[in-house]
Amino acid sequence: MTGTDTSILRIDSLTVDFLSEGDPVRAVDDVSFHVCPGETLVILGESGSGKSVSTGTVMGLIDCPPGDIVAGSLVFDGTDLSRLDEEGRRALNGRRIAMIFQDPLAYLNPVYTVGRQIAEVFESHGGSVARDEVVQLMQRVGIPEPEKRIDHYPHQFSGGQRQRVMIAMAIALKPDILIADEPTTALDVSVQAQILELLCDLQRETGMALIMITHDLEVAAAMADRIIVMNGGKVVESGKAEEVFTNPTHAYTRRLMAAVPHGGSGERKSRPQPDGDVLLQVESLSKHYMLTSGFFSPKREFKAVDDVSFVLRRGETLGIVGESGSGKSSIARMLLRLNDPTSGRALFAGEDIFQLEGKALNGFRRRVQMVFQDPFGSMNPRMNVRAIISEPLLIHRDILPRARWNDRVAELLELVGLKAEHADRHPHQFSGGQRQRIAIARALASDPELIVCDEAVSALDVSIQMQVIELLSELRQRLGLSYLFITHDLPIVREFADRVLVMQNGRVVEQNETEALFASPRHPYTKTLLSAVPKAKWMATG
Amino acid sequence: MVDVSIPSVKLPGNLRQLAIYLKRDKLAFCAALFLLLLIVCVLFGPLLVGEAAGKLGLRQRNLAPFSLHQGLIYVLGADTLGRPILARLIVGAQNTLSIAAAAVFFSMLVGGTLGLVAGYSERWYSHVILRLADIVMSFPSLLLALIVLYTLGPSMTNLVIVLAITRMPIFIRTARAEVLELRERMFVSAALSMGASSSRILFRHIAPLVLPTLVTIAAIDFATVILAESSLSFLGLGIQPPDFTWGAMVANGRGYLASAWWIAFWPGLAILLTTLSLNILASWARTVADPLQRWRLQSLRKAPR
Amino acid sequence: MMFGYIGRRAYHSTISVIGLLTLVFFLTRLTGDPSALYLPLDSSIEAREAFARLNGLDQPIHMQFLHYLQNLLSLDFGQSLRQNRSAIEVALEAFPATLKLAAIAIILSVILAVIVGALAAARPGSLFDRVAGLVSLAGASTPDFWIAIVGILVFAVGLGMLPTSGTGTTLHWIMPITVLMLRPFGLLVQVVRGTMISALSAPYIKTAHAKGMKRRRIIFGHALRNSLLPVITVAGDLTTGLINGAVVVETIFGWPGIGKLMIDSIIQRDFAVVQSTILVTAIAIFIVNIAIDLLYVALDPRIRY
Repeated sequence: MTGTDTSILRIDSLTVDFLSEGDPVRAVDDVSFHVCPGETLVILGESGSGKSVSTGTVMGLIDCPPGDIVAGSLVFDGTDLSRLDEEGRRALNGRRIAMIFQDPLAYLNPVYTVGRQIAEVFESHGGSVARDEVVQLMQRVGIPEPEKRIDHYPHQFSGGQRQRVMIAMAIALKPDILIADEPTTALDVSVQAQILELLCDLQRETGMALIMITHDLEVAAAMADRIIVMNGGKVVESGKAEEVFTNPTHAYTRRLMAAVPHGGSGERKSRPQPDGDVLLQVESLSKHYMLTSGFFSPKREFKAVDDVSFVLRRGETLGIVGESGSGKSSIARMLLRLNDPTSGRALFAGEDIFQLEGKALNGFRRRVQMVFQDPFGSMNPRMNVRAIISEPLLIHRDILPRARWNDRVAELLELVGLKAEHADRHPHQFSGGQRQRIAIARALASDPELIVCDEAVSALDVSIQMQVIELLSELRQRLGLSYLFITHDLPIVREFADRVLVMQNGRVVEQNETEALFASPRHPYTKTLLSAVPKAKWMATG
Repeated sequence: MVDVSIPSVKLPGNLRQLAIYLKRDKLAFCAALFLLLLIVCVLFGPLLVGEAAGKLGLRQRNLAPFSLHQGLIYVLGADTLGRPILARLIVGAQNTLSIAAAAVFFSMLVGGTLGLVAGYSERWYSHVILRLADIVMSFPSLLLALIVLYTLGPSMTNLVIVLAITRMPIFIRTARAEVLELRERMFVSAALSMGASSSRILFRHIAPLVLPTLVTIAAIDFATVILAESSLSFLGLGIQPPDFTWGAMVANGRGYLASAWWIAFWPGLAILLTTLSLNILASWARTVADPLQRWRLQSLRKAPR
Repeated sequence: MMFGYIGRRAYHSTISVIGLLTLVFFLTRLTGDPSALYLPLDSSIEAREAFARLNGLDQPIHMQFLHYLQNLLSLDFGQSLRQNRSAIEVALEAFPATLKLAAIAIILSVILAVIVGALAAARPGSLFDRVAGLVSLAGASTPDFWIAIVGILVFAVGLGMLPTSGTGTTLHWIMPITVLMLRPFGLLVQVVRGTMISALSAPYIKTAHAKGMKRRRIIFGHALRNSLLPVITVAGDLTTGLINGAVVVETIFGWPGIGKLMIDSIIQRDFAVVQSTILVTAIAIFIVNIAIDLLYVALDPRIRY
């Protein structure tokens, strides 16, 4: 399969700039790759590595200007893509090369039915199409009740189904190459598994080449025959998937691979089970919403959180795992008194959080802090780091006299691995990982006992994720903190939590010690979740 | 273990960068120059030509424009009482622009504050604010202004108040919409979870972020208010003689269209050029602010090949 | 569902109209005595009192207001003091002239603006785009009363091609409609262009390119279709503003519409007519808003009331 003569697409020394004031910004630098029929090439890279730009060039989707293809040749089946006129390009796009994208809701036109948008592929290439054909296509990509759904609009589908619609459009004319740009990044892990499986099935059926762009190492491992790793616009490593994964040669790749949480491979540092007193005791916590779908239609009750109980001991880390909509974030917001519960109690150090008012509530807010998913969003962009970190001190005046704030800010910055002189900068001058460190420093400012982390590392690149997790676990030891760690990411929980609570549709379906839960999941949903974590392709096929 | 290297986010010397973008768009550059000239006229003009603007001249009655016999000040002609139009334009500019500026300022201040409150609180007064904004919004502003000015009597203060009120709904709605969006942002949740009070969140966290939007709207609205004030003055309900604005000058000249067209023509042209310049600058600013459009104003240098 | 929505909308509008009528009622009653205008200067005190009694002006103001509300409920909108007949009749009589003028102006502006704006957005930065941009900005910046006067000056006084006032022939319609169209046209071109440009960089346009669709179909089938939504909203707001223009245009061109009636009635303190015109205008605006909302539902499948 690796014979160079058989390649259907070959990119040679592609270099793409983006023009802006002054010198152009190089997005893709001397990138070469090829792909053969029936093969899956994964382009792996973190955000800003140039991976999407290089494939966008293949489809002619980069606007020039401000884009500027400096050099390189793109040969598809004997045709030089860079010399094609508009009409020639149009004849290839959708018919011989197709593409799916990360966020299908944005990439589907909101005002047309999905059926019409699928049919457009046929019509654009000179054919007409019967309704039946579109229905069959939708059936093939696994959309239930296609006869009915064909007349629905994109917003009426779930995220996974929308991606299936995109796939239906892409495979409609049986293209030679399908380019998938982060196709599962926005999806839950169980849906991700289904979409990846669908892509593999379709590839087997049609023998198309698949170029898959991703930042997710597990997805890459599950899909790749061959892999190229990009960093800073350059290809830093390429080769057979198994070789790159098991024996990376470039320093960047090695760092990347090391960052993968290898839960269960025996690396987890075993911690003594915390046996402190009970810090937080949640009893039958529920949050119900009344939904109205129309002015006259009856109201429906939606149970976002349904009868959830758990205990968190001092010094313990409790992971709460679930997919989007499972109610895990609602729990965090209620425990921090950002939303009110419908019923239930939550005893923090013996006192019911939901009954606290005035001074007592303020005292509680000092002892419990939260770290949010998006560190950029959780900081006021107008404030500098000093103002951000000292805000808890400003609100709770009795913590520290004002004269000592500067020292405290410097101390906190150093505690989270930043420098004291960073205090005068603004959040946008930091990278994602650094911002999350600042958020952690802010959370520590009031000497809390419990920190609630709501998807605290999910928005970060994988190599940064591990650094932040390491920081959190180091602080746990040094300061005796307790964590409520909310995430959708199973490997991270396995690495970090003492006990895990699995949630589905607002209910707790299983809770157990981390090791025990991963070793022998009892509830079927937990089993599905665990099996949905992608397995490496070379291991699956032998 | 730490990724300490700070990514080099180079903020261009902001004002200088803007000046460069401005110079690249010739139309916007001319508009900016015109407005600058106008501001200079408003600040210093009345000192120089204030006297001439009120001076009656029998010999210059209905003097046609473009003749320099009577001096440069009569280059745009003279009105029926022989007063030089150029001098009157400069004096009128001061009234026109200060009324509009005052109206926009109060509209932004009061409307912005009401909008902040209406967006953050869900108490009864928020609903009252929104209903009031609806009332003003759902009815043609000029008619409303006419009724109020006619009954209360036309004066500088009333004019500013009426203009400010008719433009207020825009500020209320924009501020409210921004607050509704901002208060769902995580840094508000973060502040709340730290124990910050409502007033702290509203005025320290939210208001500074709403302000730039309001200022942008105020700049765009300035042109609209100039036009509204001119219409009112034209209909005779602006400030009263001996004070006058450009709109009133057009109204004065209307009766002499057949004999002395220039009396009504120049002040109208002045209004047009001013509002046009403002709108051109606003449209330029939109291009600069849009990251997808900004490259049109940049000097793009391609890599050598 | 739909009826519930219209009901709510009607409820809000009713509150707005009542608020407005209340405001106008007290403003007008508090600031002047109509008998001063309607009776000869030397008429006796007895005659004045009789006039006041006849028109209910002798009672305390809150009683007058209650009385007024009662009459409203029984669809009695009062008598026009000036014309001595039902005020609502006077208002309704003037309404069609304005309606025709406004409807033609707004429909023409929308059609022209969509064509010009879409063509400009299809090739941003081209000569056509720049000319269209300048023309539309000028349209939005021109004081309508002034351009009406200049129009009269050139086409009626100078060239003698068009009549100055009245409604007789098609020729009479040309100038009022053109003047009325300028501002909506200018603003709409910019809205269409702006939304088109952002629609053209939307992700779903990338999908359309990836599907291999023809450029023409992408621009008109996908981008324009989506940019129509904000255009409709703006067109709705402009319809309210169109009445402002109508006041000015009707005054200058002697057009017997509701705007001219309003000004005349205010000046002659004919309260009942002022209030009736407010009512008629408000109802018309309410109907336009409902129509816009329905159109929105028809065009955007995501919106359901």
